[in-house]
Amino acid sequence: MIETLRLTAEQAAGVLERGEVSASELHGAYRAAIDERDPELHAFLTTVDEVEGEGVPIAFKDLISTRGIETTAASKILAGYKPVFDATVATRCKQAGLPLLGKTNLDEFAMGSSTENSGFGPTRNPWDPERVPGGSSGGSTAAVAAGLAPWALGSDTGGSIKQPAALCGVVGLRPTYGTVSRYGIVAFASSLDQVGPIAKTVRDCALLYRIISGRDPCDSTTVELPQRVELPEAEDLRGLRIGVPKELNEAEGIERGVSEQVDRALELARELGAEIEACSLPRSVDFGLPCYYLIAPSEASSNLARYDGVRYGHRAQGNGDVRQLYARTRDEGFGDEPKRRIMLGTYALSAGYYEAFYGQAQKVRTLIKQEHDALFERFDLLASPTSPTVAFRLGERTENPLAMYLSDVLTIPSNMAGMPGLSIPCGLSEGLPVGLQLIGPQFSENALFRAGHALERALGFDFVPERLR
Amino acid sequence: MSWEAVIGLEIHVQLKTRTKMFCRCAVGALDDPNTRTCPICLAHPGTLPVPNKEAIEWTIRLGLALGCEIAERAVFHRKNYFYPDNPKGYQISQYDEPLCVNGGVGLPGPDGVAEIGITRAHLEEDAAKTLHVGGAEGRIHGATASLVDFNRGGTPLVEIVTDPDIRTAEQARRFLQLLRQTVVELGISDAEMEKGSLRFDVNVSVRPEGSDELRTRTELKNMNSFAFAARGIEREIERQIAIYESGGQVDQETLHFDPNREDAPPLRSKEEAQDYRYFPEPDLVPIEPRREWSLDELRGELVESPSARLERVLAAGLELRDAEALNAEPARVSLFETIRDAGIEARPAATFVLNDVARHEVDPARVDGAELAKVLRERDQIPREAFDAAVAASASEGFSAEAYLRERTVADTSELDPVIDRILSENEGQVEAYRAGKEGLLGFFVGQVMRETQGKANPKVVNERLREKLRT
Repeated sequence: MIETLRLTAEQAAGVLERGEVSASELHGAYRAAIDERDPELHAFLTTVDEVEGEGVPIAFKDLISTRGIETTAASKILAGYKPVFDATVATRCKQAGLPLLGKTNLDEFAMGSSTENSGFGPTRNPWDPERVPGGSSGGSTAAVAAGLAPWALGSDTGGSIKQPAALCGVVGLRPTYGTVSRYGIVAFASSLDQVGPIAKTVRDCALLYRIISGRDPCDSTTVELPQRVELPEAEDLRGLRIGVPKELNEAEGIERGVSEQVDRALELARELGAEIEACSLPRSVDFGLPCYYLIAPSEASSNLARYDGVRYGHRAQGNGDVRQLYARTRDEGFGDEPKRRIMLGTYALSAGYYEAFYGQAQKVRTLIKQEHDALFERFDLLASPTSPTVAFRLGERTENPLAMYLSDVLTIPSNMAGMPGLSIPCGLSEGLPVGLQLIGPQFSENALFRAGHALERALGFDFVPERLR
Repeated sequence: MSWEAVIGLEIHVQLKTRTKMFCRCAVGALDDPNTRTCPICLAHPGTLPVPNKEAIEWTIRLGLALGCEIAERAVFHRKNYFYPDNPKGYQISQYDEPLCVNGGVGLPGPDGVAEIGITRAHLEEDAAKTLHVGGAEGRIHGATASLVDFNRGGTPLVEIVTDPDIRTAEQARRFLQLLRQTVVELGISDAEMEKGSLRFDVNVSVRPEGSDELRTRTELKNMNSFAFAARGIEREIERQIAIYESGGQVDQETLHFDPNREDAPPLRSKEEAQDYRYFPEPDLVPIEPRREWSLDELRGELVESPSARLERVLAAGLELRDAEALNAEPARVSLFETIRDAGIEARPAATFVLNDVARHEVDPARVDGAELAKVLRERDQIPREAFDAAVAASASEGFSAEAYLRERTVADTSELDPVIDRILSENEGQVEAYRAGKEGLLGFFVGQVMRETQGKANPKVVNERLREKLRT
């Protein structure tokens, strides 16, 4: 019997390599864990029985297209839709021999921060099933935290990898925009969406990032990595300059328990040799969230126009002309949050409003990038809490979209700047995991891995949820 | 009051690239329905566009041919609207940063050359084709079902917009003709209206002559030939003038012509204020033509434009009709010019190329014009049959007019004299009459000799010999 709760992907690769278990036995062990614990958590929307590949199995957020396997983006409008092609990241995982365990739950079209917006029911946090796992990649982070998958792919638009990773006590990387192909990823906001790895350790994240990253001719916005992905080894942080932006660390709504754990981690970083210094990102934090909520819904309003009931997915029944077919299909198929964002975005792009809203937000986005660039002349990395709070209770924010949107206030600014960010668990507050967000300049994933790995060693965080130990 | 029309054109040209604009499906709008599709052009979730580099290059070539500036940076935008022929819910097009801007082409005509400004030429993807069944005349209104064929969806499409510089229906026709020739000669499009690879809309307004105001315009759509368009524009100009002259106002509206029934009055519709919510396509990066191409090199590869050619041919003193007919093929113009340069006057040279050369299906590109000019010069001296045969044979390898005519005609007096003598002796009465002054009878004798020689006798020699023999 293989115990999946503690097994990292790297360790799993080791047991496979040594022939201690077969790929299908390993896959079977995770499938058994899913059967055992997923009825409570609902991290998976679809599970896969066939074992394709000789490597460490993996789970995909259900907006990653998988040929012949239902891909819904957790939306009723795509219920039953089976892609005829694989997303590039799925192809790369296949080529690396990683068998698929299943497709994980998310907020519908990745719109949300709790996975409660799923069209197929929420996912629960393995640390406390009364609480959310965060979102929108909550299915993937819950699956990794509960030992239902050694690693998983998520996607991050405003914080959808980093924030649920923090709330579930796992490691998540939001890569530099353009380093991972979006081909085959059900689009939410094209200029922000980025696929990234979720795992129990930083090294696992680096291994998975190595597999999925790099230029893809099918995605014109991708580039070749300027240097190859290094597996982090170092256990110190000597010479590393870490900036601590005041606005990201003292923002309103950051829980005291969260601040304490982050401060403790930064103290540890100092002991490991890092130089820690306060700094400031005034405009990025003030304007990040409002600009995000103009740009992301605008792009979403256009990206979601293809769901019209004509070619695939849900199609409303009944008579009527094509307009009525569209209207009824979309009314029945989309949940409240996509509808809200389609309306917001349609409004923001309308004639007469474009310059004031979308156009202005893009200009501010440039300012945000410049502000980050300026800090990275002085610092190698920036640090802050990933989420202002630990995991909140199911239903706590569903009636208040603005409160839900504020869950991403700390992750959005660097996302808007196209910068990579890593969230690592750094302690517990009220028995729930706290995430430390490390942000680097574009293409600084190796530096993020190095710092994350050294801190992870020093912190000694136990990623197995207490109630499952 | 005297009025003038203000006309602008918007032309769509499908590029005949091997593959579609944003996916690698073969371009083949007329193949069996929905056989030229893939997840990208069917807008499956998660698919992304990858631009067709050849289509971009061809658009730049066209822009250069139309005298446009090529943008430093061009951007694709999304044009958002719902319709079944638009599977993504947006068309990838260009908006405020098109590939080609500020061009202009000369439009030669009988009264000189008019300069027609080109506002812009941009690249976009064509829509799919919808077919409405169960209703009248294939219109959506009253249809019981709509079918979509996605083969055409995603075909590269260039949109060319002119400045409102065109003043007459005839100019519009001529401009369309020249533009069509330009894209065909660039080899970038078939530009066949019946196949839909060339389509255009016309904006028409009128104003008092000499004024520079721009009055309310109407848009004319669905005209399926240039001649049809010219007549439609003509009628629309008259209609607008009549409205103003009776004190009325022209409404801004669209006139949808029935492409199959020219005589049918166009359907009118109010112009709906559509909000396309344009924004830069985030799935694509801006195009930087100067980084990818040498514009000088592309410019250097341009051949002479049909407009410049037409201007030259008109300047040679031809009628517009003949000039346009010659201009339809660059090789015809060169042939015409070679023949003219060999000393034949312009009009007979043009008539020769347009009638004789064309009638004998001689490829003007494969024929030696100087030799043809020699044949033409001999026209009156040789039998009609020999002339025709010479023209027909002129495209064959190593054709020499002199050698051919020598071979085909009997000019040898030792062969001709016995024939002539026999005819004169058989027609003594006519000989008498001729000698008595009826010189018109010469033709009779020539005809007899030609019949006797089955048309092979060289008429010039026959004439000379007959005159000589009749004198004595």
